[in-house]
Amino acid sequence: MKNKQKALIFEMSQPGRIAYSLPELDVPEADNLPVELFRDEPAELPEVSEQDLMRHYTELSQRNHGVDNGFYPLGSCTMKYNPKVNEDVARFSGFAKIHPYQAGETVQGALRLLYELQKDLAEITGMDAVTLQPAAGAQGEWTGLMMIRAYHESRGETKRNKVIVPDSAHGTNPASATVAGFKAITIPSNDKGLVDVEGLKKVLGEDTAALMLTNPNTLGLFEEEIAVIAELVHEAGGLLYYDGANANAILGIARPGDMGFDLVHLNLHKTFSTPHGGGGPGAGPVGARGDLVHFLPKPMVARDDQGDYYLDEDMPWSIGRVKGFYGNFGVLVRAYAYIRTMGPEGLRKVSENAVLNANYIMRRLEPYFDLPYSSKPCKHEFVLSGKRQKKLGVRTLDMAKRLLDFGFHPPTIYFPLIVDECLMIEPTETECKETLDQFIDVMIQIAREAEETPEIVQEAPHNTVIKRLDEVTAARKPVLRWTKEKF
Amino acid sequence: MAKFRYLPMTEQDEKDMIQAIGVNSVRELFAEIPESVRFSGNLEIPAAMSESALLKHMGRLAAKNASFDQYISFLGAGVYEHHIPSVVNHVVSRSEFYTAYTPYQPEISQGELQAIFEFQTMICELTGMDVANSSMYDGFTALAEAAGMAAAASRRKKIVVSETVHPEARQILATYAKGAGWEVVQVPAKDGLTDLEALEKLSDERTAAVLVQSPNFFGNIEDLGAVEKIAHAHKKLFVVSANPLSLGLLKPPGHFGADIVVGDAQPLGISASFGGPHCGYFATTKKLMRRIPGRIVGQTVDEEGVRGFVLTLQAREQHIRRDKATSNICSNQALMALAASVYMSSLGKKGMQEVARLNIQKAHYAKKRLALVPGVRIVHEQPFFNEFVIELDRPAKEINRELIKLGIIGGYDLGRINPAWKKQMLIAVTEVRTKEEIDLLAEGLGGLL
Repeated sequence: MKNKQKALIFEMSQPGRIAYSLPELDVPEADNLPVELFRDEPAELPEVSEQDLMRHYTELSQRNHGVDNGFYPLGSCTMKYNPKVNEDVARFSGFAKIHPYQAGETVQGALRLLYELQKDLAEITGMDAVTLQPAAGAQGEWTGLMMIRAYHESRGETKRNKVIVPDSAHGTNPASATVAGFKAITIPSNDKGLVDVEGLKKVLGEDTAALMLTNPNTLGLFEEEIAVIAELVHEAGGLLYYDGANANAILGIARPGDMGFDLVHLNLHKTFSTPHGGGGPGAGPVGARGDLVHFLPKPMVARDDQGDYYLDEDMPWSIGRVKGFYGNFGVLVRAYAYIRTMGPEGLRKVSENAVLNANYIMRRLEPYFDLPYSSKPCKHEFVLSGKRQKKLGVRTLDMAKRLLDFGFHPPTIYFPLIVDECLMIEPTETECKETLDQFIDVMIQIAREAEETPEIVQEAPHNTVIKRLDEVTAARKPVLRWTKEKF
Repeated sequence: MAKFRYLPMTEQDEKDMIQAIGVNSVRELFAEIPESVRFSGNLEIPAAMSESALLKHMGRLAAKNASFDQYISFLGAGVYEHHIPSVVNHVVSRSEFYTAYTPYQPEISQGELQAIFEFQTMICELTGMDVANSSMYDGFTALAEAAGMAAAASRRKKIVVSETVHPEARQILATYAKGAGWEVVQVPAKDGLTDLEALEKLSDERTAAVLVQSPNFFGNIEDLGAVEKIAHAHKKLFVVSANPLSLGLLKPPGHFGADIVVGDAQPLGISASFGGPHCGYFATTKKLMRRIPGRIVGQTVDEEGVRGFVLTLQAREQHIRRDKATSNICSNQALMALAASVYMSSLGKKGMQEVARLNIQKAHYAKKRLALVPGVRIVHEQPFFNEFVIELDRPAKEINRELIKLGIIGGYDLGRINPAWKKQMLIAVTEVRTKEEIDLLAEGLGGLL
């Protein structure tokens, strides 16, 4: 299969083949169709048989690596096992084949599920209420920031236009701040990799809308001074936003609400085991505390005195709607099933094991790589620097590509931006010790190769279906679709 | 004893690992978390369930919902019941696809990348546009992102949107507008279509974009040629939201000179799932491609000249540009885009025309049939695709409550968006509805009115 070019489905097309079955037209043909509005030429879609179609996509799937194929220690992405029973329940016709506009009395099961999930996530994060509407983490961030905006405006504070983010923050934080109409202010981390409290004091002021923080942060370190930070931000009149991308480290151990955060989003496709789907769909529920609850998007799922569930649209302070209907319901069903499977004890174990796994890899790799922040235990992830190997002419990108030869998905690389030649490793709790050991052995081998036979690493990958791709030309002369003329 | 099947760590593993790390306990790994912010209690969530108990519990919840398997549905309004070919679920259930992350490592993600490249091509084909991205959260947020792209491209802040655009899309647009500082102006409807005179009056040289939907919320097909002339005066951008299934048959917005075409691919093989996950799509012109939000896949070659695919034009995106990015979108709806691709591959060139033709034919039959029911009045006489509005002698809400007893999920109650329309109902008829079922609705309504 190596280096074999895979045909596009368009290139397999033969006029006359079909892979569909449609019902016969069983009504009298209409004589008043708007034929003048019909297209002149049909869309150039492929014509293949059903078996051709299945072979095509099966072959494509074989050219793809998922968690079920092997270890996927992609930092900050929490690539844990995606439970199969959750896939099954999400496909129950009572969940998959219901319409969002059905009358409330015909969807009580779905509404109850959403109501309970709202409550569970509020409990897990220490918040007062949770909306399930946002489709992904970034949309959750933006939703939270819009609520922050509405909160300040409701108090007549219209000058609070700055959102502070640490330089270690996810790229979505500053991007979401901009989309919500704020100016993002970046503050440098201190030499321990944590928020520099003195630096924070300098930028806090009357124009501060909020501080966005991930805790543990993207270096995998717990912000120990979080209570002080929260007090400072609140004293300045600002709010504290929790980016939940790293929540897998603290389930049942520490809650953002107890740390002083006013708002939080969770990535259900990270912490709560729903599959990433090759880039989505995710879900990014947002929790709020105190007065901020009034600004949550509408509708919320509520329960009346009779115990019936309904969609509450009567929310005069709400920022409005952020996504169609009630969020990515199918994803929410999976996350709900996960929480029911794990229970309180299981969730706590998830975080304990995730942290134990990360520390184990960190300490075992410490002799072979630079560890920029190693004085404390890490949480669910940690960062290595490939500085030592870079001096030998082997870059972090090369080491990542070399990992592909061993069937591992590489860690997140070159992020966070504050660590030179960064590798960010998050094993998750669902990996067994043998897998961790295999990964560690391979990393040690790569470190040795960097010293002894660097070209093996520099020229990697050697065993994949395709070699390194020319990304520069792809961006300079974009070919973004297939066209018939060319073939 | 191990209790959690997703957690492989044994007591022995734990001991060995603690020792290798050089600590005395797992607790020590959390020592730096200050006591004051530590959670000491037990989370108040229900106790863990076995797999069989979970299946029973989920089955009971699911059974409390009236599904399309048990009821004959005429609900549409943005989400449609269509036949989903079996192959769709088989492909998206392949865990190499669904358990993967965003394809950051192209060498081991060629499958996903190629599937998205094919998706982009298919969306371009259906919409008549040059370029499409890898997906958006849904059709509604895609429309708001289109407004944002138009505002950035034109450096203008006024967005003109027709009231025939889906009400939820307009609500979401209003939320985005608050953050972005846009002025949103709504153009009233006239006889179920965008009022062109009003559109001309309300859009001016300060306007970034004109946003319409076709087929619109009421099911009617807008006069895109006429809208285009007004939209393109003063160099505004012309944005069209379109049901992609309708484009199997209808002239694509690209044919009318649209600058951005968005919509939701839910009708293309994606289950209704109580409103999500669905799949927004976003297509535009070559001229605007470097402003497009979200992920895009491009074709290139590897070191040996073999064709391959990569995420490209990433200089637009949040992980590179941070606060200067064209959008904050990161996760999208990739797996749903895959589902839509499989659907479009399955239906193919002929099937997409045929399915659209079945929809329009059956909807036309239904409209004609319902018009014969005493107490039912047809509200608009416009060209339409697979939805139309009827007015009843009684409130739609009451009628729907009666219809469910007959095994029918009635149409969308327009009273939900305007109390003056409480006797109106938006009826959707797709290829899955049989003549018999349509007749049953007519008879049911006849008995209630």
